[in-house]
Amino acid sequence: MIRVQREDFDVGRELERLSAGDHTVGGVASFIGLVRDFNLQGGSSASSAERVSAMTLEHYPGMTERKLAEIEAEANRRWPLAASLIIHRYGRLEPGDRIVLVATASPHRDAALAACHFLIDWLKTEAPFWKSEETPEGERWVEARAEDDAAKSRWSREG
Amino acid sequence: MSAPVKLLYFAWLRARIGQVEEEVPLPPQVRDVAGLLEWLRGRGPRYAEALRDLSVIRVAVNQDYVGAEHPVRAGDEIAIFPPVTGG
Repeated sequence: MIRVQREDFDVGRELERLSAGDHTVGGVASFIGLVRDFNLQGGSSASSAERVSAMTLEHYPGMTERKLAEIEAEANRRWPLAASLIIHRYGRLEPGDRIVLVATASPHRDAALAACHFLIDWLKTEAPFWKSEETPEGERWVEARAEDDAAKSRWSREG
Repeated sequence: MSAPVKLLYFAWLRARIGQVEEEVPLPPQVRDVAGLLEWLRGRGPRYAEALRDLSVIRVAVNQDYVGAEHPVRAGDEIAIFPPVTGG
């Protein structure tokens, strides 16, 4: 299931709902992305980084849902999942706020964990979202990171 | 006859071009994405500046990522944006 929304979500309730009533599920894996109060573009460690007081997430309505559905379908092709969920927020968010929830349920933990990792790696390079950060120097668009492409390519395979 | 396409801009491209979206008639010589970007660069300094470095530009035609050789046709929804940074 895909949801793109401005409002926050309740992690506990979402995870419970994912496996509710399905007793073939042996494990639920999840990833929660949060807004940090620093960015790494000024340096590689938190001490040399720039403070971030808020960020705004913009997206491409229509294509976002379409890409997320494609990514989810691909995860379901690769692993035997009983259920999967992607919730991604947009709009203005502050440090500590939740940005994204990815969750997978499967009879086996390996499938649930791998599919969850795959989904967040793919989402970061495929789903049309853009972050703009508010820093002491003003607003700045976050640049894509080569590490994110590398993380995605780990999951590539022929065919 | 020129045929219209819908252009959408996101993130810093939207800010630099100064528009969220526009309908433009495609000149007959524009047949693919590369041709479209080249033509757009000639529409004014804002476009030229925003589209100067194509290595940081991504294009989706009808909501699918495409490469420079992808054809563009009347009625297409063409989105131009920087590499994505969600998650």
